[in-house]
Amino acid sequence: MSVGLEHFLVLGAVLFAIGIYLALTKRNAVAVLMGIELMFNAVNVTFVAFSRFVESASPLTGHVFVVFIITVAAAEAAVALALAVLVYRNRETINIDEINLLKW
Amino acid sequence: MLNQVPEAVVWAIFFLPLGSFAVISLAALLSVGGAIRWNPKLSGYITVAAIAVAFLFSLWVLDSVLQEDGRPIGFASHEWVRVGDLTVNIGLTADGLAAVMLIVVTSVSLLVQFYSQAYMHGDPGYSRYFAFMSLFTASMLGLVLSSNILQLFVFWELVGLCSYLLIGFWFYRDSARRAATKAFVVTRLGDLGFLSAILLIWTQTGELDIARIQELALTGAIGSSVIAFFAGGVFAGAAGKSAQFPLHVWLPDAMEGPTPVSALIHAATMVAAGVYLVARLFPVFAVSEEAITTVATVGAITAIIGALLGIVATDIKRVMAYSTISQLGYMMMGLGVGGFVAAIFHLFTHAFFKALLFLGAGSVNHATGTFDMRKMGGLARYMPVTFIATTIAALALVGVFPFAGFWSKDEILANAWKDQPGIFWTALAAVFLTALYVGRMLFLTFGGEYRGGEPSEHGDHSAEPHESPWVIALPLVVLAALSVGAGFVNLTDGFEHLLGGSLPQEARELQTESGFSFGIAAGSVALGLAGLGVAWLVYGLRRVRSEDVREALQPLPTVLERKYYLDDLYEGVIVKGVVMGVVVWGLGLWDRYVIDGLADGIGAFARTSGERLRLAQAGQAQVYGAAIFIGVVAAIAAILLANP
Repeated sequence: MSVGLEHFLVLGAVLFAIGIYLALTKRNAVAVLMGIELMFNAVNVTFVAFSRFVESASPLTGHVFVVFIITVAAAEAAVALALAVLVYRNRETINIDEINLLKW
Repeated sequence: MLNQVPEAVVWAIFFLPLGSFAVISLAALLSVGGAIRWNPKLSGYITVAAIAVAFLFSLWVLDSVLQEDGRPIGFASHEWVRVGDLTVNIGLTADGLAAVMLIVVTSVSLLVQFYSQAYMHGDPGYSRYFAFMSLFTASMLGLVLSSNILQLFVFWELVGLCSYLLIGFWFYRDSARRAATKAFVVTRLGDLGFLSAILLIWTQTGELDIARIQELALTGAIGSSVIAFFAGGVFAGAAGKSAQFPLHVWLPDAMEGPTPVSALIHAATMVAAGVYLVARLFPVFAVSEEAITTVATVGAITAIIGALLGIVATDIKRVMAYSTISQLGYMMMGLGVGGFVAAIFHLFTHAFFKALLFLGAGSVNHATGTFDMRKMGGLARYMPVTFIATTIAALALVGVFPFAGFWSKDEILANAWKDQPGIFWTALAAVFLTALYVGRMLFLTFGGEYRGGEPSEHGDHSAEPHESPWVIALPLVVLAALSVGAGFVNLTDGFEHLLGGSLPQEARELQTESGFSFGIAAGSVALGLAGLGVAWLVYGLRRVRSEDVREALQPLPTVLERKYYLDDLYEGVIVKGVVMGVVVWGLGLWDRYVIDGLADGIGAFARTSGERLRLAQAGQAQVYGAAIFIGVVAAIAAILLANP
């Protein structure tokens, strides 16, 4: 059997589902960030798959996009982890159930 | 003989007191603000002057009407309001009836205002008093002069308003406030009938002009049931204003006002309005058998029950009040038996002697500081002028020859004898009762020994009662002269001629014709003297103790002292039971459950929905994320389902 577009899309969907599951259920802020990273990569897989399999006038757009996302995601991870460290210093916890100052 | 009176002069009769009201109110208001200095005495002078001129003008009107044999002087009517199909005109009526009423109102009013200057001296509401009195007189004059029934109704209500203001003049007294409200509400019940009658006649005929309504009724252009209902409604209004049974209950309480107000209400304005209204619409009543019989019956009942109540009252003003009720019953009865002229003649003479009785009572109060006859006595020695004047008025009221009441009362009796003998015997009984309470009042007040009195209702007075000042005494003397003389105006049937002219030709034949009957006259005078004699035995000589009579006649005196339990019925059963109990209870339920329920429900809905929705915003970022995720999935699913 040959690997086609559907396989990549299913992989992307599964990765995205796992990512969002982590992001919405984990109490630990670092685990939530990890879920978010997974969702990024699910999207990246989908991008490159479409770029490879769909005919287009500018076939490299999908790749370029992915490179940008990886760059931005790296920056985001750095900021988010720094935030997590700072929150931990202030509140002695990174359990996001307890970080609920946004209400009211 | 003067030239025929121009329309402007007739209007001036109404506008003079109205102007006096406006000037006094304005001046009093400005002086309170400190803008001008206003001597309250000026208010009295302005009022007396305005009414004096109105009186002279009324004489001019009388003169012109006499030249016309009492027929209406034709004045054009003026358009007042036009709404769609409805055009309301205002205009003037100047005929025999109106002229007589103008004379009565302006002359009595003039004397009363003059008297008031002394009686109200030093009262803090002096200017207010004269302003209201001017307005009262103006409204009554407007009512008399109206040629349109809607115009008449406006003044009718204005008279009611003024009576409210004046009865409640000393509004800081609880009893005065209550009495004023009672008068207003009770007369309003009757006015409801009057208003319905006006609406009925307008929807049925489209006419509001009084002369046209009379004409239509006489030519039979209006159905007999419509006439009966119209007359019934008008009579309800008249019964309220003229204190006819069963709406008479407000009148005795109206004694809470200053005494000159009572004199004016009882003699010339307010209560005369009802009789005047029925007289003005006499042709309408006369063509309806039911209506005219109702008037006669109610009048007779009122004459009797009023007189009976007069016998047990201890307050001199209340005796007068019941006497007024009784005499108004006489007038209505007179109209009811077809005695148009007799009834108005009685109104004319009654105005003078009843005003005199009230002013006499005021004079007595001025001296003794009380209205309670049990605290008076022996005043004949101290107050000769008041005594003689009051005695003349009392004899006129009893109907002793040759005083004014004799002539008018006899005409009513003669008409009743001719028309309805049943009514006649009732009226005769009322003559005896009248004499009895009048005699009682005279002997208790002026006979025997002085029994003390009380501090006056205004100002102080010395321990010894003394004659009132000349400002009070002069009107008494003038009215006493009128009480003697007023009866003679119909000696040559001149009065009858004058009044008869104000009726349309066809209506004149509906009157009851009766000549002077010596038998009836002698009988009624004898009965009157007998009544006075009985009063003399009991209250003058004290041969018979009144307590013994009271005991012997039980339970009648108790029923009378409770005023036939009518006040208890109205206040206890109807007001407290029906209105407060059922109506207010029902409204309370409606208010509590429907209105409050609605308001509370809206609040509760907002609060509970807020409480529930608050849970959605817990500050948990993951919950928000989940909601966003679910929302996006749902949106995408919806788009996909919609575009397969």
